[in-house]
Amino acid sequence: MARDDTPLDQETFDRTLEAELAKGTDRRVAEGRARSAAVRAYRVAHPEEGHAAPGAAAPAAAMVSSVAPAAAAPAAAPAAAMASSVAPAAVAAAAPLAAIATAPVREAPAPTGNVPEAKKGAPEKHRLLALVPPEGIQRVEREQGDRVNVWPHLLLEEFIAMFIVLVGLVIFSAFINAPLRELANPNLTPNPSKAPWYFLGLQELLRYFHPMIAGITIPTFILVGLAAVPYVDRNPSVRPGDRKIAITLFTILFMFGATLTIAGSFFRGPGYNWVWPWAQGVFFEL
Amino acid sequence: MRLKPPSLSEIGDKVRETEVWKSIFRPGSIFRKGYKDTSRDRALATMNNVLYHLHPVKVKRHGLKLTYTFCLGGLSFFLFILLTVTGIFLMFFYRQSAALGSSQAYSDMQNIRTTVFFGDLVRNLHRWGAHLMVLSVTLHMARVFYTGAYKPPREFNWVVGVILLFLTLGLSFTGYLLPWDQLAIWAVTVGTSLAGYSPFIAKQANFLLLGGAVVGPETLLRWYVLHVLFLPFILVIFLAVHFWRIRKDGGVSGPL
Ligand code: HEM
Repeated sequence: MARDDTPLDQETFDRTLEAELAKGTDRRVAEGRARSAAVRAYRVAHPEEGHAAPGAAAPAAAMVSSVAPAAAAPAAAPAAAMASSVAPAAVAAAAPLAAIATAPVREAPAPTGNVPEAKKGAPEKHRLLALVPPEGIQRVEREQGDRVNVWPHLLLEEFIAMFIVLVGLVIFSAFINAPLRELANPNLTPNPSKAPWYFLGLQELLRYFHPMIAGITIPTFILVGLAAVPYVDRNPSVRPGDRKIAITLFTILFMFGATLTIAGSFFRGPGYNWVWPWAQGVFFEL
Repeated sequence: MRLKPPSLSEIGDKVRETEVWKSIFRPGSIFRKGYKDTSRDRALATMNNVLYHLHPVKVKRHGLKLTYTFCLGGLSFFLFILLTVTGIFLMFFYRQSAALGSSQAYSDMQNIRTTVFFGDLVRNLHRWGAHLMVLSVTLHMARVFYTGAYKPPREFNWVVGVILLFLTLGLSFTGYLLPWDQLAIWAVTVGTSLAGYSPFIAKQANFLLLGGAVVGPETLLRWYVLHVLFLPFILVIFLAVHFWRIRKDGGVSGPL
């Protein structure tokens, strides 16, 4: 039975709502409490409609459907169970909505080890019960914040960005061909021989350091150092003003890498010797 | 009685009422009949679409700001998809075998450029896209650094990112060898010569990378398998973790 179909006791609803609002409760919460009080009041007043009228000790309203033979269900059972109309009544069908707020003690019948038999004449179909122990519910306290729907706002933005890159790349590829040189020849070393551009910074370092330093130590240091960044920088602030050291260090290192890469790409010619690209030309291939 | 031919929109409505159509597009899909531009249907559009549900239903408004992410992570992912598609196309026309003085790999490359329909364009897209991806991943890392987005709880996702950067470089470098031209083998020779300087395991490292003492046909086979299977496979796994962590860590960070 849908929540909206549940009859309410209007007078209780109005009274509770007013009281809650007067207490300064948030309107949504207040409405929820008023509704739950009103449902309970209605059921107490109309036991003949087959609702499991909660006993005086019941911690909360039982939400059972009208046809479930659940009137005998122990309304005080604190386990939260939601039974639909065709649910086998073997399981207690009381659903204390407010169980979260009340004592989180759960009592279940001791296990017998027997697989329960279906009742005679029970319908073929069954629905699953959702048993949610109160302590299994995580309460996340988070501000609602200023949020927008992903569709259409974020997705449109992503599609546009994707489209621009795709069009740019197709146009570029239509006019500029990727290089394909002569067949590989292990006996003929081209001059200069260069690594792909993203390794040219390292190749440049090779001019200044022993290959073990330039080729092994420094790259390892860069990768491990990068991975360690969040564990080394324990400054919690993300405001640029509070991160002067981190930003300066990173910028210097990043620029250092970029400079070496550019030097290796454009300022190195035959014999991997220094050239000025505007005078001797560019020895660089992608 | 004269029969009027149904209008295009009537046909569209009819098609969208069929059981088949409704079985494909779940309720709330923007392709389903009766999509309303309400908050509820916008939420369903995200939840009920296999592609979009990478995203949450809502994001912080500031996350839309172009100058915060510059879309760089998303574009890196898009380039990866584009490279996968164009790469599969190229695989239909490429055999990774080489021998001294002649090479199937090289002649297949020539063939792709000259006779394969759109082969030239697709190869260019694959090559330029790969360079662009290295660039965009690097810039994405810089953006993450400058926004301080690696700070708790996102430390581990930064580490995943460093692994992704490493894998991206690996993919690009292994692909560089495949045309088997002078550019390819010498760039790879220079790039891998450094492995010969690793302490203690110089010989082993070299052999592991090249499948021999120098760049040769074994290297080509090895790098081909790395390039089309192994590295993409690993990258996709780390991408899944990366994207999953973005959401678990509370979406895009900020505002500053
Ligand atoms: C294949 C490469 C990569 C892909 C496809 C990728 C994809 C993404 C995407 C789509 C986002 C969402 C926000 C945005 O677009 O900026 C993101 C966020 C993030 N990425 Fe990456 N990324 C990659 C590599 C990296 C690298 C190299 C790093 C760092 C070393 C990194 C660290 C992060 C972090 C920490 C976040 C969270 C940022 C935030 O919450 O503001 N990623 N990534």
